[in-house]
Amino acid sequence: MKNLKAYGLFLAVIAVDLAILVYDRGLGARIIANTSRNFLQMAGVIPPIFLLLGLLDVWVPRETVVGLLGEKSGIKGVLLSVFLGAAAAGPLYGAFPVAGVMIKKGARLSNILIFLGAWSTLKIPMFLFEMSSLGYKFAVTRWAVDVFGIIIMAHLIERLLTREEKEEIYRRHAADF
Amino acid sequence: MFTAVLYAISISFLLFSLARDRKKTKTAVLKAWKSFANLLPAFLGVLSLVGLVLTVLNPDVISRLIGAETGFKGMMLTSAIGAVTLVPGFVAFPLAASLLERGAGIMQLAVFISTLMMVGVVTLPLEISYFGRKEAFLRNAMAYLFSFLVAFIIGMVVS
Repeated sequence: MKNLKAYGLFLAVIAVDLAILVYDRGLGARIIANTSRNFLQMAGVIPPIFLLLGLLDVWVPRETVVGLLGEKSGIKGVLLSVFLGAAAAGPLYGAFPVAGVMIKKGARLSNILIFLGAWSTLKIPMFLFEMSSLGYKFAVTRWAVDVFGIIIMAHLIERLLTREEKEEIYRRHAADF
Repeated sequence: MFTAVLYAISISFLLFSLARDRKKTKTAVLKAWKSFANLLPAFLGVLSLVGLVLTVLNPDVISRLIGAETGFKGMMLTSAIGAVTLVPGFVAFPLAASLLERGAGIMQLAVFISTLMMVGVVTLPLEISYFGRKEAFLRNAMAYLFSFLVAFIIGMVVS
């Protein structure tokens, strides 16, 4: 029963899709084609990410992550988080499991938030593409403002969460990622 | 291309790990599988929602909605579209470029690009399962407001 509840959103969306298919065949067919394409893309990207995370979890000792990204990592941890996020590729939902392992291994919350922000907006391949379509002024300005914004917002969020709320986040990932 | 590299890297790490320690490798694979199975419902939900929203709000509809009108009203609309949709960058950037040519405002597009990347309404269930409600709300709300700041700065620099 717990399993069925977890699939609630999925089942609800599929029900809407089917209802649309009945009323508007063309639109419904396009929705189903796009949805299957999304599934296929996920089926392609997600398994190797999880495999890597499993290996990372087993082989990389906690002390290493704490040293690089933990509470005392300072500016080095901030820069490394920006770099890790910007060097990545792939959709944002691929970043959450990575963030989960980083939490489990004791990375500082603000660094994880910086990593997520960098993954979503600072990706280098995307930046190159953005420059070619919207011009270097647009792309460079956005990138530069975003770097500062992401770092500031990450620290702001870390401060706004109470100690209990932060502990809850770390507890959530103590066993799994 | 990215996927191929990812597979090559993870498979070579897997083989390396297997050569070093069979038992540890088995644990790693089991952990990977368990986490994947845990997340599968959320992934399926989010991806099916993206499929639905993206199809209904296709580029044609988006461009018709924004039109050439500018001002804060236009920014509210583009930021809302950016926040709820999940268009990949390689679709969004050319779309924004073509809208720009047809007379859409730079700030409207900047706020669209920024919210598109930073604010994830459809990925909220996933984010909540990782970070809890408060973090998810704070991060998305801040990112939404910040997108307007980015747009104003880009508007000043570019024009």
